[in-house]
Amino acid sequence: MLFLDAPSVFSVTQLSHYLKELLETDEILQDVWVRGEISGYRMYPSGHCYFTLKDAEAQLHCVFFKNARMRSGPPELRDGMAITANGRISFYERDGKLQLYVENVELIGEGALFLRFEQLKARLAAEGLFDASRKRPIPSCPAVIGIVTSPQAAALRDMLRVLRTRYPLTRIILSPAFVQGVEAPASIARAIDLLNAHGEAEVVILARGGGSIEELWAFNEELVARAIARSRIPVISGVGHETDFTIADLVADYRASTPTAAAAAAVPDIADWRAQVLELQQALTEFLEAFLSDQREQLERSKRDLLRLDPQYQVERLQQRLDDTSALLQARMQHILSLRSERLRGVAMRLHSLSPLLTIARGYAVVRRDGDQTVVSSRQQVQPGDELTIQVTDGHIYATVRPEG
Amino acid sequence: MQILSFEEAFAQLEAAVAALQDGQMPLERALHYYEEGMKLAQHCSNLLEKAELRVQQLRMSDEAKPVVEPFE
Repeated sequence: MLFLDAPSVFSVTQLSHYLKELLETDEILQDVWVRGEISGYRMYPSGHCYFTLKDAEAQLHCVFFKNARMRSGPPELRDGMAITANGRISFYERDGKLQLYVENVELIGEGALFLRFEQLKARLAAEGLFDASRKRPIPSCPAVIGIVTSPQAAALRDMLRVLRTRYPLTRIILSPAFVQGVEAPASIARAIDLLNAHGEAEVVILARGGGSIEELWAFNEELVARAIARSRIPVISGVGHETDFTIADLVADYRASTPTAAAAAAVPDIADWRAQVLELQQALTEFLEAFLSDQREQLERSKRDLLRLDPQYQVERLQQRLDDTSALLQARMQHILSLRSERLRGVAMRLHSLSPLLTIARGYAVVRRDGDQTVVSSRQQVQPGDELTIQVTDGHIYATVRPEG
Repeated sequence: MQILSFEEAFAQLEAAVAALQDGQMPLERALHYYEEGMKLAQHCSNLLEKAELRVQQLRMSDEAKPVVEPFE
């Protein structure tokens, strides 16, 4: 007894101390070898590793500190490996957890689960269940989508959100299934079969959110693989496990890495459709306009052809030629006439320069005797008392001949 | 038109556009394709705007038949 006078009521800390002391003073527990399969393996940036060792009925938390790992230089560890671990058992008071502080690790070989996975995979592959030729095309815009998953799962809500946003035109039929635990494989297979029996779904999404390899194990079971293979409806798998493929992924017609990715793969994006409808609408208008302008052009062409053959048009054309010709004739005539009148004007000018009027203009005058109007060019022709008219440039002067004085 | 699904309406719209693009037809036919096409496009847009995801749940009936019922 470590507590010489044990209190009647322990505080949690006291009890934890007690447990820790108890374990650490046990010789067997301070250097123990334990066999199991690794699960939930996590390596932290600190270099410490944490995992669970498990067999069919129990599990044990394990810590593999960086120093111990460096000392023992163990092989690469991962989930599903069967190992023998050596170390000491103690109690981690903060978490109230009993755990094995690992010092050494030895591999037993691949874990039993992993082995079963590998054997099943090899068998199904040999049967051709993973062949690309078996993959059925995924319909591009399914009117009805079957979903096999747990109704309570966050994965379902996530998928419905994606489907609502991307393609609300579709109808969802949920075929509920357990996706974890011993009932899961049969439950999933039944849910897939039920969708096939119902027959309306055009594509099936088989989904589960991320988890440890054990949590996802149902998707590695033959029952599930067979149900996918015999489904008449194409199956999309969306098991949240980025790195490893489950058997279900391999048999499925399309493998998506998460439930939401599976939902997105099952439907088109309505935004694309909106754009396409608009495009087609524009195309309609464009093609109609092209059609109409083509028709107009044809009409114009026919009209021109018709016009050329129209007798009225012929007459008009001849009329026009006639008009053109007579206009030309007129122009020619005009030309000739104007030439003539030009010549006439020349002659008139010359005639003018010879006119006696020009002589008068220079200061001479023409004297005429009134009565007979004879031009007087000698004094012999007149007598005193005769009336004379003297023509000058701007008119006439009237005079009487006076006797010689 | 009202009972056409989006897919059907969309397919007909595509056909109308293709026919109109071909262009070898009487004017009346062309106008018909255009009007039909515009109606189909409107119908498609309406469906897209109004669409609401329907969710149902499948279960096995007592007579071992699949039965669909509303989900939540």
